[in-house]
Amino acid sequence: MKIQINGRWYEAREGEMVLDVLRREGIDVPALCAHEAVEPYGACRLCMVEITHEDWGGWKGNVTSCLYPVEDKLIVQTHTEDIIELRKTVLNLLLARCPNSPEIQKLASEYGIDTTSFVPREDADNCIMCGLCTRVCTQMGFNAISVAGRGYGREIATPLKEAPPDCVGCLACVKICPTHHIQYEDIGTTREIWGRQFELVKCKQCGKALITREFADYLIENRDIPADYFDICDDCKRSGTARDFKKLVHWEEKEEAEEEVSA
Amino acid sequence: MKIDSPDKLNAWKEECLQKDAKLKKKVMVCFGPGCLAAGCREIYAKFEEILAERKLGDITLESFKKTGCHGLCEKGPLVVIEPEGIFYNRVRTSQVKDIVEKTLAKGEIIERLLYKNPKTKERVLKYHDIDFYKKQTRLALRNLGHIDPDNIEDYVMRDGYQSVAKVLTGMTPEEVIDEVKLSGIRGRGGGGFPAGRKWATCRGVESDVRYVICNGDEGDPGAFMDRSIMEGDPHSVLEGMIVASYAVGARDAYIYVREEYPLAVQHLYQAIDDAKEHGFLGENIMGTDFSLDIHISRGGGAFVCGESSALMKSVAGEVGEPRAKYIHSVVKGLWDKPTVLNNVETFANIPLIMNKGGDWFRSIGTEKSTGTKAFSLVGKVENTGLIEVPMGTTLREIIYDIGGGIKDGRKFKAVQTGGPSGGCLPEDKLDLPVDFDTLTKAGSMMGSGGMIVMDDHTCMVDVAKYFLKFLVDESCGKDVPCREGLYQLHKMVVKVTEGKASEADLQLMEHLSKYIIMGSLCGLGKSGPNPFLSTVRYFRDEYLAHIIDKKCPGGVCRDLIRFEINDKCTGCTACIAPCPVDAITGEKDKIHILDQEKCTKCGACYAVCQFDAIDII
Ligand SMILES: Cc1cc2nc3c(=O)[nH]c(=O)nc-3n(C[C@H](O)[C@H](O)[C@H](O)COP(=O)(O)O)c2cc1C
Ligand code: SF4
Ligand code: SF4
Ligand code: SF4
Ligand code: FES
Repeated sequence: MKIQINGRWYEAREGEMVLDVLRREGIDVPALCAHEAVEPYGACRLCMVEITHEDWGGWKGNVTSCLYPVEDKLIVQTHTEDIIELRKTVLNLLLARCPNSPEIQKLASEYGIDTTSFVPREDADNCIMCGLCTRVCTQMGFNAISVAGRGYGREIATPLKEAPPDCVGCLACVKICPTHHIQYEDIGTTREIWGRQFELVKCKQCGKALITREFADYLIENRDIPADYFDICDDCKRSGTARDFKKLVHWEEKEEAEEEVSA
Repeated sequence: MKIDSPDKLNAWKEECLQKDAKLKKKVMVCFGPGCLAAGCREIYAKFEEILAERKLGDITLESFKKTGCHGLCEKGPLVVIEPEGIFYNRVRTSQVKDIVEKTLAKGEIIERLLYKNPKTKERVLKYHDIDFYKKQTRLALRNLGHIDPDNIEDYVMRDGYQSVAKVLTGMTPEEVIDEVKLSGIRGRGGGGFPAGRKWATCRGVESDVRYVICNGDEGDPGAFMDRSIMEGDPHSVLEGMIVASYAVGARDAYIYVREEYPLAVQHLYQAIDDAKEHGFLGENIMGTDFSLDIHISRGGGAFVCGESSALMKSVAGEVGEPRAKYIHSVVKGLWDKPTVLNNVETFANIPLIMNKGGDWFRSIGTEKSTGTKAFSLVGKVENTGLIEVPMGTTLREIIYDIGGGIKDGRKFKAVQTGGPSGGCLPEDKLDLPVDFDTLTKAGSMMGSGGMIVMDDHTCMVDVAKYFLKFLVDESCGKDVPCREGLYQLHKMVVKVTEGKASEADLQLMEHLSKYIIMGSLCGLGKSGPNPFLSTVRYFRDEYLAHIIDKKCPGGVCRDLIRFEINDKCTGCTACIAPCPVDAITGEKDKIHILDQEKCTKCGACYAVCQFDAIDII
């Protein structure tokens, strides 16, 4: 099927969301709470676009593109005056919530907003409440962290605000966070995240510590991975393969040389 | 006893009527929310106590009924004596003996217990002669106050379950839907969506399973229509749901009841048990192959749980948080199955529509808003309580005829309809007919039926502040415009009440409001700025008075007012003690002095002064 975006026609596939097409085609629409790893959520409202269709009798509406499924001949406008104004308002509000976040500052200034018109949050942190971290954690099967509270006081929290018993220290939440809000620290062979400490598995060859015991065990148990898979780290595995490969190549070279000699 | 045919139902109804006719007198003690708060349990216990000691001829304990809300909650506890319809209000336990000895034993009327018309100051003997009731048309509330909600026989006697018999044995689901469409009934929970169309869509979706849900979340502060129906006439809700389930093809239905309504839950459970026992629920209802179970689901406790997508998540056991609905829940609702969600009051109307026909229903109300609407009328009116009027009744009729006008002879200022995210309408809108479209056009909304009347001692900016605060606290916080936007909007309204806002702020507030509405995910955010927008639309001068003149015309905003003692002061000393900070000094019979430095503007002195000697400036 085809959909029209800002006057041009693009190919779209059944089951895709409008944002998927926008991203594939490199059309610049900000979207802070959508990520291909998790289900769309519709919280930041930045990805809003205007849609209409020739069969809709002139009806137009604004929808979040991350949640709107494509349909044939859908007509999309990504930068109407109202939508730009909405994005400005959202960014203006986010800048009040997270005045110190470089990512939000940058995005806001792209929309011409350098200082917020609103009252900045006291003791502000960099969490924009996009919910990506909790969703990815759930998607991974851990459910270690969740959204707590409501309204302006909503926050990402661990159960009872203590070290989360179900966390395996996989860092998926850290990596997905668009504002780098979630902190973790690896010191020697321990990792600390969400107030919990993990022992890291050391590579039997190089001694580097890379993955937590809990996460390794989880993967071995649930993802059909050999029990000794994490004994040796990826780097060592790679260099091991390289060494073997080299041997193989050299062995062929040696054979060739021997053949030459014998000839 | 299983009722498995219309004939059996009619025979049972006849039996119940005869049994009832044997009761020479009935004493209806109101157990509605208002009367419960006013102490009706003690009244009832007192009757029991006296009856245990004293024989009263034909009148036995069976003659005493705990009923649902009579409506005139302001005047509770209420006791109505049938068949005469003698209406006693503000009954105290010490007066119960008198009621028994005089009225029940000798038929004497106790004057001082009768309702007093606030205008004419005359006592009114009978229920239906009270202005409050005269102008009402009670359809959804038809049984409230007339039956014991825990007694299915009371319900059957008043045509209960007739529509189930009629529909199941004589109508196809399509015919039921057509009748509902014909009636024109629109959802009573806020949105006003035509119920017939919703049912038809649901039935039309290809699916092996469909659900029906009743929305009894009623999160609006101060509203108690749905609560009163669930508590006072639970069978009417079940009956409506049975018809709906038959029409759309549901095998299971749910009632989602607000956590804070334990009595409603109790009565609904009782009603479900009784309905099951008599074959109105369960397998093969009315001897047909239609079967249905109704389950109760306790609410998640948050206002936003009343929103359809959040409610369905909550019923399914997940966190009640709205989701974007580009696929409507009629198509993909509870557990992703086609689902009809309707409000308590909507369901309570269905049996009447089935029994009397869609044409009859649409003859009441206006063309586009048919039937009646229940409201909880509260605030500065003489008669507060639960009312029901035909759609199209004017605000003036509701406030002045039914409500008895503004309390204490003050002046009307505004009426707020539509719950927390509704709007405030000024005096020149009083002649507007109350229907879905007119209210929306005027910048307010029908909502689920809250109606708050305000007098001239109200500050409209303060009102906006109050409702916005409620919404800020109740926003689930998922999306940015609602979570951050309403928070900032509330902050700015507070700034106005402190006299610190500028005209530029006012513009920013209007701009922000527009994009909160456009950007929010669910109805809460989409209507969230309404308290501000409707007050600024009709009372802009009042905002400007705060901003430019630094004055609060309503005399409410503490930072902008000052209390002063004028020369009407008689030196009565009444205001000296109530002042918590000892700001008032003075000798008896001499004009008192108020120390502005000390005064915290709490208004305690103003409240006690009998001589109008304290001005708010
Ligand atoms: C924030 C929010 C709260 C709501 N609360 C209620 C409620 O308490 N009761 C209710 O019946 N409908 C409520 N609604 C409306 C429901 O979403 C839904 O439209 C209604 O239950 C449908 O029934 P009806 O068509 O019979 O009115 C609410 C909507 C929103 C957006
Ligand atoms: S590190 Fe812990 S909280 Fe973060 S995604 Fe992994 S399991 Fe979840
Ligand atoms: S911590 Fe990061 S990923 Fe999680 S909600 Fe906050 S901003 Fe989003
Ligand atoms: S509009 Fe408000 S209440 Fe509704 S989903 Fe968004 S944040 Fe939650
Ligand atoms: S990316 Fe669509 S709402 Fe955030």
